[in-house]
Amino acid sequence: MIRIEHINKKFKKLLALNDINAQFEKGQVISLIGPNGSGKTTLIKSILGMVKPDGGKIFFNNEPINGEPSYRSQIGYMPQIGRYPDNMKVGQLFKMLRNIRNVPGDNIDEELIEKFGIERIFDKPMRTLSGGTRQKVSAAVAFLFDPCVLILDEPTAGLDPLSSEILKEKILNEKSKNKLILITSHILSDLDELTTHIMYLQEGKMEFFKEIEQLREETGEIKLGKAIARIMNGEKFNSEWIDTMLEIKDEKNSLFL
Amino acid sequence: MFKLSKYVLYDIVRSKVVLAYTAFLFLVSFSLFNMEENSSKAILSLLNIILIVVPLISMIFTTIHYYNSYEFIELMLSQPMSRRKILLSEYGGVALSLLSSFLIGVGIPVLLYSPDNVGFSLLFTGICLTLVFTSLAFLTSVKARDKARGIGFALLLWFYFALIYDGLILLILFNFSDYPLEKATLVLSALNPIDLGRISIMLKMDVSALMGYTGALYKDFFGSGTGVLFTVGVMLLWIIIPLWWALRVFKRKDL
Repeated sequence: MIRIEHINKKFKKLLALNDINAQFEKGQVISLIGPNGSGKTTLIKSILGMVKPDGGKIFFNNEPINGEPSYRSQIGYMPQIGRYPDNMKVGQLFKMLRNIRNVPGDNIDEELIEKFGIERIFDKPMRTLSGGTRQKVSAAVAFLFDPCVLILDEPTAGLDPLSSEILKEKILNEKSKNKLILITSHILSDLDELTTHIMYLQEGKMEFFKEIEQLREETGEIKLGKAIARIMNGEKFNSEWIDTMLEIKDEKNSLFL
Repeated sequence: MFKLSKYVLYDIVRSKVVLAYTAFLFLVSFSLFNMEENSSKAILSLLNIILIVVPLISMIFTTIHYYNSYEFIELMLSQPMSRRKILLSEYGGVALSLLSSFLIGVGIPVLLYSPDNVGFSLLFTGICLTLVFTSLAFLTSVKARDKARGIGFALLLWFYFALIYDGLILLILFNFSDYPLEKATLVLSALNPIDLGRISIMLKMDVSALMGYTGALYKDFFGSGTGVLFTVGVMLLWIIIPLWWALRVFKRKDL
């Protein structure tokens, strides 16, 4: 569904993304993990077209994304720090988004708006909202148009435990609808029950991209946190994933040639 | 696209700065027309104020607006909107609000007190200057990384066009006064939209008689059909080129 080929990105001297290759398919829940500043958000923003990579290509449904914005109608994005126009009221925000997307009423998913009780704050201006409430609004916006790809950048950071649970349930629910979900998070215990694949980034390099079962077998740990900790402590990564990646790509290419 | 502009416009009107700008222009125009008995004298004073104030407010307001709506731009980018559409709707919203301020604040008094050739060319100059400096401000704010730099750069450009440029022209004219410079000054005036506006209005007034041989040459040129076309064309270039450049930069920018 999303294919990333040889993506490079430099910010001044900092190499934010270093030759990233990956392929994401429907039904997968991919966890992007890595230390701060390892390029997770840059990768996400590249997929969204907000950051322009220096080299490489990104394909969405086998169409390269360059300039043409229509593919974003299939993506719901929840940013790490949701920033909204100060003077806009919460209700206006949702109204405006619906207005510019021009989506008929029955394709709107307002479950999170209801569950988070966002209707109650519809006439509050965005600037008066607390960080956590803002996160709730961001989450509701991301799920609003029932998109087939969800990109969630630290979705549970700043949410209270109850809301965090509601959001996780929602993500699980969407996963069962065979959607592609990309999550970054530092709270690995949150990812445990959701994720199917792990992508580990360090200093802009993709260290591995594996199914969670495989990772559990290799490290002998059930808990994701412990498994990752083992790897971070300097165990050798095997490079099998590169071979499987290339195989997948070859198949794709031969299909379309 | 108009949908987006509508939201931009809505946001601008709520901030009330534009309303203050309208009121200021209205007060100045009205009091000038009432103080001077001769309406052409009033137009001359109004012209001098407009040539300074309109570019300054257009640039500063646009720059501040751009940085304030950064969040809005970010939000729109995660939606299926092209960058071109986003920037052009921002431009549309800002330009429309500044233009309506100008047309209400200066347009109504001019129509009431001096609805003649000179008055209309004053309005035309004001409209062009608003659009030109809005374009220029978009270019500087897209290029500059933060607000302080953006506003600083905008102010610098304004200084250049409103003050420094005239000084440079004087310097050139003074140093090369032995040569025939009429055609050269014509070209030089096209390189500054403020000067171009000033000349095209001055020549419609009686004061151009005081400008001697150069004035006569100017009057000959700017009074003719080609002169009018020239002014309109150059103004359009001043609007389109910075905006087009800003779009190019914006399309490649990381946000």
